[in-house]
Amino acid sequence: MSLWSVTLATLRKDIRLEWRSKDALNSMLFFSLLVVVIFVFSFDPLAEESRHIVGGLVWIGFLFASMMALNQTWARELRNQVLDAYRVSPAPANALFLAKALGNFIFVSVLEALMTPLFVIFYNLRVLGPAWQLIPIAVLGTWALVVNGTFFAAMSLRTRSREIMLPLLLFPISIPAVIAMVAATTAILTGEDSAHFWIVLLLTYDVVFTTACLALFETILHAE
Amino acid sequence: MKRLFPIFSVITAIFLAYALHLALGKGTPTDAQQGDVYRIIYYHVPSAWTAFLLFFINFVASIQYLVSAKESTQRAAKWIVIAVGVIGVIATFLPQVQQRLVSAGMRPSAMATTVLCIPAFYFFVGKFFPGQRLDVLAVTTAEVGVVFCTIVLVTGPIWARPVWGIWWAPGDIRLTSTLVLWLIYVSYLVLRRFSSSAQTQMLAAALAVFGALDVPLVYFSIWFFRTQHPQPVIGGGGSMDPRMLHVLVISWMAFLCFAFLVCWSRFRLELLHREVEEAHAMESLVGTGGAAAKASVPLTRSPQ
Repeated sequence: MSLWSVTLATLRKDIRLEWRSKDALNSMLFFSLLVVVIFVFSFDPLAEESRHIVGGLVWIGFLFASMMALNQTWARELRNQVLDAYRVSPAPANALFLAKALGNFIFVSVLEALMTPLFVIFYNLRVLGPAWQLIPIAVLGTWALVVNGTFFAAMSLRTRSREIMLPLLLFPISIPAVIAMVAATTAILTGEDSAHFWIVLLLTYDVVFTTACLALFETILHAE
Repeated sequence: MKRLFPIFSVITAIFLAYALHLALGKGTPTDAQQGDVYRIIYYHVPSAWTAFLLFFINFVASIQYLVSAKESTQRAAKWIVIAVGVIGVIATFLPQVQQRLVSAGMRPSAMATTVLCIPAFYFFVGKFFPGQRLDVLAVTTAEVGVVFCTIVLVTGPIWARPVWGIWWAPGDIRLTSTLVLWLIYVSYLVLRRFSSSAQTQMLAAALAVFGALDVPLVYFSIWFFRTQHPQPVIGGGGSMDPRMLHVLVISWMAFLCFAFLVCWSRFRLELLHREVEEAHAMESLVGTGGAAAKASVPLTRSPQ
């Protein structure tokens, strides 16, 4: 069994599960819709001001919403001892991790694709910088959130009240990524700075933590 | 060892009192611009150095603990650490690097010694804290480090208010990275508190490694902003009165002794705590009551 065949099989299973139940996607969508509406009521900015704050609001909304997908990543596998079965199977541990991280990446990307137009409508946004750069920022930023999120979700499986534990572990580590995402998005929305430095920083963050996750995941999965 | 503890605590108390006396006394000059407010650095800076040192020890202990699970990774880690030491020492003697270091106000020879300390320290920790003691060391240093880091974060704003006019500068590199470091280690302690049973140690060690990887990234992410914090007094090309520096170093030594003392007692407490837990587990395994169970679970302490 190669790494990729196991990864693809697990990924396909996760997507099919999500397609039939739509648990994570629906709750994430509704949650981030609520975040948008509450932010609109609490700030009510002019178009000019909103360019400066929307970068922060968007990513905070996505960060909180992605907690729902991340929390149920592994919780699903606990039913019927699926995770234990996986542990004793000869399949490589990293395949499971990659599949879960890719699955979360897809779910959060769908969420972002659906929610971004809403942010644009509610805040009357018009991008002043090079808009195409928002795509690499979104891709790298989402990966930065989900790769560590998937890892820490696996970690918090072993703790009491794991749903509280995940954000407590994930947010401190994610601070540089969040800073980079928000700063890059603001730079492009306002068109005042170049986002180049932040994209490189996000890329570095992704490479460093993907490597660390892949190196340590087996230890975490088999930690008994 | 146990008899040394009270003696060492008395010495530490005297040392701390002496450092305080020097810091507040007439012997150290008053700062030309800031007045007497500056004297808080005799507590602020030593606490910061101590906290960073403790977090570094935590990182080394966590890595050692993680790699000790398998023989092959242990060997690989050993060679990586040796390579880091060798490459680091060679790098400090390359002309380009040397130029950079000198322009930053650091001596290349001092830098090479510091780099050499890293593998030496790694092997020291591995030798003197075998097996579970590595994890006990990691808990101890994380807890004491968080305390010292809290002191830094409290004394900083107290100084900043009269000097900068603001309590906190959100875009400042040292402030923010220290705060993030503190947050990471608090989450480390929360994980330890919430996690149940035997896997905690492995999970905590992994989190410590993640935290250590995170710190340079935090530093670079804030590096983009202009920093407001005064340049470091040592190695930053600072122009500090030698008398002040003298007191600062003495104060740091006193803080180190204090940190060592606290770590020592916390280390012993944690060891005892684990032994008691183990004994309880054994007791429930063997079955409650009965002299046979008691005899098979001796509650004696392993020699320190």
